[in-house]
Amino acid sequence: MIGNIIKKEFKELFVLSTLIPIVVVAIVYGSVGQMIGNVGETIKEKPVIGIVDMDSGDFSDIAMSVLTEKAEVIYNGNDAGEGLGEVREENGVALLVIPESFSQNIYTNHPGEIEIYWIMKGAGMMDSVSSGAVEGLIQSVNQEISGKLIQQDSSLDPALVLAPTTRIDTTFFKGKEIEGLSPSQLGNMLISQSIVIPIVVMMLIILAGASVISSMGLEKENKTLETLLTLPVRRSNIVIGKMVGSALVGMIMAAIYMIGFSRYMTSFQSSDINLADFGLALGMPDYLLVGISLFVALLAGLSLCIVLGTFAKNYRSAQALIFPITALALFSAFIVMFKDFDTIPVVLKVLVFAIPFSHPMMAIRALMLDNYSLVIGGIAYAAVFTAIMIAVAVRIFNSDRLLTGSVRRRVARGKPAWGFRR
Amino acid sequence: MKAVEVRELVKDYGNFRAINGISFEVNEGEVFGLIGPNGAGKTTALRVIATLLQITSGSVTVFGYELPKEAGEVRKIISYLPEEAGAYKNLTGREYLNFIAKFFGEGEKFQDIVQRGLKISNLGERINDKVDTYSKGMTRRLLVGRALMVNPRLAILDEPTSGLDVLNAQEVRRIINSSVEAGVAVLLSSHNMLEVELLCHRIALINDGIIVASGTAAELKKEYDARNIEEVFVKAIK
Repeated sequence: MIGNIIKKEFKELFVLSTLIPIVVVAIVYGSVGQMIGNVGETIKEKPVIGIVDMDSGDFSDIAMSVLTEKAEVIYNGNDAGEGLGEVREENGVALLVIPESFSQNIYTNHPGEIEIYWIMKGAGMMDSVSSGAVEGLIQSVNQEISGKLIQQDSSLDPALVLAPTTRIDTTFFKGKEIEGLSPSQLGNMLISQSIVIPIVVMMLIILAGASVISSMGLEKENKTLETLLTLPVRRSNIVIGKMVGSALVGMIMAAIYMIGFSRYMTSFQSSDINLADFGLALGMPDYLLVGISLFVALLAGLSLCIVLGTFAKNYRSAQALIFPITALALFSAFIVMFKDFDTIPVVLKVLVFAIPFSHPMMAIRALMLDNYSLVIGGIAYAAVFTAIMIAVAVRIFNSDRLLTGSVRRRVARGKPAWGFRR
Repeated sequence: MKAVEVRELVKDYGNFRAINGISFEVNEGEVFGLIGPNGAGKTTALRVIATLLQITSGSVTVFGYELPKEAGEVRKIISYLPEEAGAYKNLTGREYLNFIAKFFGEGEKFQDIVQRGLKISNLGERINDKVDTYSKGMTRRLLVGRALMVNPRLAILDEPTSGLDVLNAQEVRRIINSSVEAGVAVLLSSHNMLEVELLCHRIALINDGIIVASGTAAELKKEYDARNIEEVFVKAIK
């Protein structure tokens, strides 16, 4: 008896329409993993650096031996400008400059300065893996010098013995020269752009999308759709009305969600760094662009949802149709969180650009770095995407499909197909 | 002017032909009934005239407006009550009538439409309750009120008393009759032969997508030498 019920449930739930989105998403995520690469492998790889040793003293020799052993040194010379060019060309992480008085300073109870010129490629969480490895090298240099100082049994200040060097960071990031910050500090500063914004947009798309798809499912389940379609109102107004109504519901729900989430995220942020000091603050026109980007992306997402919603037979099938939207929103959010648009492979770039909700996720970070073309291009793309989806939705609303569903092609003449009443 | 003129209407779903060249007319102020068994093509015909389905071939005009070209104009003068219609469950009965009335008028006209809806549905205080709490009969009365409150020139009613008990069915028939007296043309479908005989001025018998006979109840009974429409139908499809 129970077997009979299990069999029935399985047949009812395990259908092609629910299976296909899951298979597609699994394949996409698998491919993305392959394309992004393995974080573990990146950590194991030796960081690519350049070194300029202008000291040639005892401690700079220690630093040089540690660095050449644990890193792939692509430049070892005396010209910082040349070294920086080489590091850039070879896709390196940083140029380390040991100034003339490095060893002398340590001997005279002053920390030795190491100038680090970082080449930061992206602001995603995974983009800072290589710079983290260089920071590890500096730590090793410190330990070696500390060991040497302890062996020498000198009368140096114990604090200096424990931390014999200091860093002067300069980060080059997408045409900007940011003094006093390393990539990891910059990444920490941009955490709200890297994590909070993608999650806000993702939640907004999922919640508003779920509303519009469910609304279509409910119209069919509650048998209200036929009445709605015979009212004297344009099909495009029905489509837009449903989208705007759902957008409002989605925004309210996302706002409630985000109040809690943003409070949680503020605990990870550095409060003593002012973005404006580093030329990264946004002006009013930038915020306007972010707002437009978010609005257009929301419309694009909802227009896609309404097209998907036309396939819903009832509320339950509508729930399954939300899955592709959730997967796309998650995909965009994860890519934007972990990698910068500029550091992902071309195939992935095309995919991320093609998903209209990716654009507001990337907008603030792009505007901070004056990448207006990406933001404006994204807005234009999302607007065109929305217009096409609305046109498709109106076309479906004007066709028989909304009421009759799909009709099997090979139907014997005279025998009714499923999905409609005669 | 004819309320509805259907000429050689064909409707296919993929390779399946649901309606196979039917023709009929509905006059102003007339109740015209399409009767036939389940799957005969009644609902498809009504959905085509209600602008919900596309025409495969043939022509349909409603008060001179041609479908599908002038579907927008047709929607302004018709009201369609599907057999399995529902109302938005989170709205009260009054809110539902308000929602529909807003598509047909503003200000005083809107108020008149709603008042007519309240009167036709006759739900008393329950009109302020959520639709979710209504019985099937109450929901149907609300929907009949919704369909007729807008003073349509043509009311298309698919099985208007389907699933209702005797008293509710009688009430719905009374409402339809009073609308016809007010000048509304009614095109209805039913497989309840008795109801059709009581309500309709003229009848078309439809089977397998084809109209097999049409005329007044009296004409059909005489033609087929039958005591009632049910008998007419049985003889007509043999």
